[in-house]
Amino acid sequence: MTEPKLSEDIKKVVEKWRNKKGSLVMILHEIQNAYGYVPRETSLELSKYLDVPLAQIYEVITFYNYFKLEKPGTHRIAVCMGTACYLKGAPVILQELKELLDVEEGHNTKDGLFALDVVRCLGCCGLAPVMMIDSKVYGKVKKEEIMNILSEYGKEE
Amino acid sequence: MDKKIVLLKDTSIGAADKTKEYYSLILNLLRDHNLQDSVQVVRVADIGFYDQGLVLKILPEQVIYGRVQESDLLPVITETIQGNKILDRLALKPNEKQLRIVLRNCGQIDPENFDDYIAADGYAALKKVITGYKQEQVIEELKASGLRGRGGAGYPTWMKWNFARQVKAEQKYIVCNGDEGDPGAYMDRSVLEGDPHSVIEGMMIGAYAIGASQGYFYIRAEYPLAVERIQKAIAQAYEYGLLGKNILGTEFSFDVEIRLGAGAFVCGEETALLASIEGKRGTPQPRPPYPSIKGLWGMPTVINNVETLANIPVILLKGGAWFGKTGTEKSKGTKVFALTGKIKNSGLIEVPMGTSIRDIVYNIGGGMLSAKGIKAVQTGGPSGGVIPKEFLDEPVDYENLQKLGSIMGSGGMIVMDEDDCLVDIAKFYLKFCVEESCGKCAPCRIGGYQMLGLLENITNGKGTNSDVAKMKRIAQAMQKASLCGLGQTAANPVLSTIKYFAAEYKEHIEDKKCIAGKCRYLLNYKIISDKCKKCGLCLTNCVFGAITGNREQGYVLDSAKCTKCGRCYEVCKFKAISKG
Repeated sequence: MTEPKLSEDIKKVVEKWRNKKGSLVMILHEIQNAYGYVPRETSLELSKYLDVPLAQIYEVITFYNYFKLEKPGTHRIAVCMGTACYLKGAPVILQELKELLDVEEGHNTKDGLFALDVVRCLGCCGLAPVMMIDSKVYGKVKKEEIMNILSEYGKEE
Repeated sequence: MDKKIVLLKDTSIGAADKTKEYYSLILNLLRDHNLQDSVQVVRVADIGFYDQGLVLKILPEQVIYGRVQESDLLPVITETIQGNKILDRLALKPNEKQLRIVLRNCGQIDPENFDDYIAADGYAALKKVITGYKQEQVIEELKASGLRGRGGAGYPTWMKWNFARQVKAEQKYIVCNGDEGDPGAYMDRSVLEGDPHSVIEGMMIGAYAIGASQGYFYIRAEYPLAVERIQKAIAQAYEYGLLGKNILGTEFSFDVEIRLGAGAFVCGEETALLASIEGKRGTPQPRPPYPSIKGLWGMPTVINNVETLANIPVILLKGGAWFGKTGTEKSKGTKVFALTGKIKNSGLIEVPMGTSIRDIVYNIGGGMLSAKGIKAVQTGGPSGGVIPKEFLDEPVDYENLQKLGSIMGSGGMIVMDEDDCLVDIAKFYLKFCVEESCGKCAPCRIGGYQMLGLLENITNGKGTNSDVAKMKRIAQAMQKASLCGLGQTAANPVLSTIKYFAAEYKEHIEDKKCIAGKCRYLLNYKIISDKCKKCGLCLTNCVFGAITGNREQGYVLDSAKCTKCGRCYEVCKFKAISKG
């Protein structure tokens, strides 16, 4: 038997939730917060640790859009496709991003610098169309501005 | 002099934001008058007014000034801040069409400050209830108020509570549904972020009325600030003895925890939400038994929406009869809408039930954004429908919206103009539901997919005359046979657009035309030779070789080679390319 790969932090998280009912989703949230995704090895160890079949953990991970199985790009671009954004030109913004970055939605760019995601609603419809890079929100985005916005996130030396 | 706060926001549309500039101007003037320590200046994201130039709001007096110029700043400081005199020429009056019950505290109090909430009569309703009311009395008061669930279906809240109260069980639960997933709706987020304690108080009153000792907040993980604020508010309530054992020295004990959603729209459905709280996949269960009888871990559970709960403390404090005075016969109180789309003032509004759509769009929304006329208003998100402009004078309440083929829903209200294609909108909403379908039951999973295929054909110019009838049949099957609300209502946007905009479907199918110019494959681009200045920009930008010609003879577009990407249309500076 090898040592569990669960880091001490995650063990703490599991202990915190162990005696509460229905904690799997919350534990996965904490794991994803720590790693940015839910690594397979972690799920395996979690399964042993909680005595829950791996299939049950994966059943939950794959049901929810929020949980990721792949390591995300350094910067996450979230393009809002809520109704207001859709009407005010979000599809154009998304297309431009796809072309500039040569990436499909839900995937990382080849250099791993960006992950492109489409999200439902960022809750700031007054600023439509909206996109978010990491935690910075860009409102009333125009197609021509995108190149400049992306260049702010150039590779750090 | 009491400490004052000046809120500042440039609400001009289309001009450069001057907030920063005025911020320093005000700071300088304050320093000149030695007021820098007694007046705080805050730049805010939203001040409740739009297109009124630079807006200043002075607290605690609640004086609001609009179209403030640089020269006005000195008198504002000397006369209003120092002399407490209101300058009538600048004063703006809050829009009287609105009535703030749910949003009573949003933007008025510091949501992270417990004392602020207490000063605004916070937890007074809770105290009144747990020290002097029987469970039945709480429910009677709620019955008198006529409050109905604000999450969409509009089920009377008192009935839900009463069912759960009557069941005998060792453990009962109350859950706040903050899984606001409709695209274009953010009422719940604003309440959770702006006034978290009122939602907690509402939940506690509910818990008392049904006999629950444990509550859960189910909040979208995509709303981190809302989660943080609720977390803080819960901690504060524990600290002051308002949560936990024997609250305020009574028999009543109550604990609250937060559970995070994880990006599944179907979890807004109550049985799916409960499955998610239990840590499982969020798939719905057949009802009955309803959660009020058999819910979380098989125990009676009441699930209320954020906005519903935020209404509760006021109702108990001022009385059900007071609340019932506002609204229409069957829909009482107010409703918060997230008003967006092609209007001047997008934002969160709260109006009495029964306000007409026209009032909302023109008097509160400030009218249409451009000269293009209004075409329709969409309410109820992906489960709702469109209301064409002929019905603008209809009052907004549960029954009326349903009669028009839409629903109240959680409160998204999206205004569309002549540039919006209703077939495309129907496709947008249906696609949303297809992607969010949990896949458990066939009518929703297969029906939605097939219907989307038909809609895609129509917008791609491959539609046939029988498609509309086929879609109606599928819709009927979905409505009747789907397990949960998502599938039952997924076809609503399609049905309501077919009902009111049949001509638009016909144009797409028979004439292969999209008047609004949204359906890419139905567009035809042409170069208008009269307007063409022969600059050649379109030629260099067309990567498909569909444009040929030269600077002498001008350019032509070969529609057989054109992929309808629209690049030429966008780059032409002389509007010499037509689409349609």
